[in-house]
Amino acid sequence: MSTLLEPQLIDDEDDGVRHEAPEHIELIALMAEFDSVDAVFAAAQRVRAEGFLRWDVHSPFPIHGIDAVMGVRPTILPWLVLGAGLFGLAGGIALQWYCNAHDYQYLISGKPIWSLPANIPVAFETTVLCAALTAVFGMLALNRLPQLYNPLFKSARFRRVTNDRFFVVIDTSDPEFVESKATAMFRELGAVSIERIED
Amino acid sequence: MATIATSIAKDIDNTYDDPKHRAPLVLGGKNFNDVTNAVCHIAERPTTLGWKIAFAISLFFLGILGVCLGRLVLTGIGVWGNNQPVSWAFDIVNFVFWVGIGHAGTLISAVLFLFRQNWRTSINRFAEAMTIFAVVCAGLFPAIHVGRPWLAYWLFPIPNQMHTWPQFRSPLLWDVFAVSTYATVSLLFWYIGMIPDLATLRDRSTSPIKQIVYGLFALGWTGSSRHWHRFEKAYLLLSALATPLVLSVHSVVSFDFATSQLPGWHTTIFPPYFVAGAVFGGFAMVLNLAIPARQFFGLKDIITRRHIENCAKVLLATGLIVSYAYATEFFTAWYGANPFEKFAFMNRAFGLYAWAFWIMVFCNVIAPQALWFKKARTNLLVVFIVAFFANIGMWFERFVIIVTSLTRDFLPSSWHSYRPTIIDIGMLAGSFGLFFTLFLLFCRFLPVVAMAEVKTVMPEAHPHDAPHAKGHADYRPDEHFDPVRGSKAPRFR
Repeated sequence: MSTLLEPQLIDDEDDGVRHEAPEHIELIALMAEFDSVDAVFAAAQRVRAEGFLRWDVHSPFPIHGIDAVMGVRPTILPWLVLGAGLFGLAGGIALQWYCNAHDYQYLISGKPIWSLPANIPVAFETTVLCAALTAVFGMLALNRLPQLYNPLFKSARFRRVTNDRFFVVIDTSDPEFVESKATAMFRELGAVSIERIED
Repeated sequence: MATIATSIAKDIDNTYDDPKHRAPLVLGGKNFNDVTNAVCHIAERPTTLGWKIAFAISLFFLGILGVCLGRLVLTGIGVWGNNQPVSWAFDIVNFVFWVGIGHAGTLISAVLFLFRQNWRTSINRFAEAMTIFAVVCAGLFPAIHVGRPWLAYWLFPIPNQMHTWPQFRSPLLWDVFAVSTYATVSLLFWYIGMIPDLATLRDRSTSPIKQIVYGLFALGWTGSSRHWHRFEKAYLLLSALATPLVLSVHSVVSFDFATSQLPGWHTTIFPPYFVAGAVFGGFAMVLNLAIPARQFFGLKDIITRRHIENCAKVLLATGLIVSYAYATEFFTAWYGANPFEKFAFMNRAFGLYAWAFWIMVFCNVIAPQALWFKKARTNLLVVFIVAFFANIGMWFERFVIIVTSLTRDFLPSSWHSYRPTIIDIGMLAGSFGLFFTLFLLFCRFLPVVAMAEVKTVMPEAHPHDAPHAKGHADYRPDEHFDPVRGSKAPRFR
C-alpha cells in the first residue's frame, strides 16, 4: 500500500548546516474501535449505507454474515482452484504417459504399456496437490499477503484486533471521506475509540 | 476472576444429551479475551520444569534414533532383522503405524469441518500438528528401507543420467505420491489455519525477537473481513480436497499389500479396512495427547469433557468397523475355500505369532467395548487407557498383517521366522522420540488451540440481526441455556 518515508537529510546549500526535513506524514485512514460483534455489524451496515467504497472491517475471527452487509463480492478463488486441479489431472496423466508409455517403455508382469486404471492414483494425487497449492497461495496472493508493513500496526489499540476487538477502517482515498463527518458517524455508532491512522 | 471461572467450570457438565439444547463448547464463562489468554499463556509463560523433563526424555529417544540411523546408513539394512522371505518387517510396520496416526488430524480438520461438527475447533490444531509429525516419522522408514537413502530421490520422476523413469504401474510409487501429497496438504492446512493465531501471538508479544518471528510467519495478517472472506473460502476448498485425500492415502498404502499375491494380503477389503484402522489409531493418539494436554496446559474449559467423549465415540465406532473387518477376513478365508488363504489365517490366530494376534484382538476389539457406557466415556482415565490400548493394538495389527503373511507363504521350503534386532527396537522407540520432540516444540512455541475458530463457536460471535442468522441454529449454540442450572435462563450480554 503505502511506503514508510524515512526522515530525509537535506543539504542546505547556503548555511552549510544539515537540517532535518519534517517527516512527510499524512492521514491515510480513520479507524473506529468497537467492543462487540453487534456494534461492528451495525457500524458496517451504516458505513455501507453512507456510500463508502474503500473501507474494511477487521475482526479476530470471521463474522458470520458480514460479507453480505459489506457487499464483498464472491472471490474467484474456487475457479482458480478448479483450473489448477484440472491442470494437475492432465499433468499427472501426461507425466505418466511420457515416462512409461513414451520415453522409457518397459514391460512389467505382462501389463499393458499404457492402461489408464493403473494411472488413476497418481493422477488423483497430482490433481489434489495442484488444487491445494493454488487454494493456499491463491488466497494469499488475492489478499496481497505477505504484507509485513502496514500503517495499522502503528496503533497500539489495533493490536487487540487479533484478540477481542473489532475495527472499522475507512481509507482517506475514499471519494466520500470527510474526516469530520466520518468521526461524527463513528461517534454516533458508539465507537469505543476513534483513531487517525497516519503514515 | 480466573479462580472463579475454574471453580464454576468444575460444576458444569456439558456431556448431557438434551436435543433441545446445544451443549456449550467453551466453559467457565469465558469471553474472547479469556480464550486468547488461556491459549497464548502456554506459549508465552516461561518454560516449565515439566516441559523441560519431557523434552529431555524425548531428546534422549531422538538420540537413540540418530545412533540407529547412523549405524544403519554406515552398515546397511542387514542390521535389521529383515530376511528372506520377511523382507518387510519393523520398517514397514512402523511406516503404516505412523501414517495411520496421521489420519486423525486431517479427518478432524477436514471431514468434521464439512459436516459442521463445531466441537472440532478445540482439538483440530494439535491434531493437525500430530498429523504432520506422524507423517514425518512415517516418511523416515521407507526412505531408509530403500537401502541407500541418499538415492531416495530416484523415487521421484526426476530426469537423471541413466535416462530412466519410475515405474508408475507399481503401488509403491503411488505410495510415494500419496504420502508426499498428504504431507504437503496437511502442512498447508495446518499453516494457513494458524496464520490468524500467529498474528495474535505477534500482537501480544513484547520481545522484539518474538515480534519479528511471529510477525514473519503471520504474513501481516490484519483480520480484514475481505481477507477473512477469501481465507474461509480457501479453508473450505482445502477441506473438500483433503477429505478424499485422507481416504486415498491409506487406501494406497493398503494397495501395497492388496495388489500382491500373498495369502493374507491379497484381499479387496483392505482399503476401507485400512482407512477405518487409521482413523481408529489416529483418534487414539489424539486422546492420548489431549487428555494430558488439557490437564497440564489448563485448557479444561476449551477441551471439555464433551470433546473427549465425542472422540471416544469415534474411537468406538471405528473400533467396531475394524473388528468387523477382522471377522470378514476370517469369513472370506473360510468361505473362499482357498487352502493357502485358509492356512494363512489359521496361522495368524494359532501359529508362531499368535500372541501378537491376540494382543491385537484384545486391544482393538475387546477394550473399546467399554466405551459403550457413558460412565466410561466420561471417565478420563478409562478413555486414556482404552486409547492407549488402541495404539498398541494398531501397531500389532500391522505387525500381524505383515509378518505372519511373509513368514509363511506358499512353499514350506521358503518359510522363515522373524525376530527384530536391537536396532529395530531402537528405531521404533526413537521414532517416538522424534514425534514427541517435534510435538513438545509445537506446544511450547505455537498456538495449541485454534483461537480464532474457537471464538466463532462461542455465542457472542454471532450478530443478532445478521441476514442469515434466522434458521441457522448451529450458529447460536447455547443462547438461552444455562448449563449450571440446566434450565432456560436468558443470558444477557
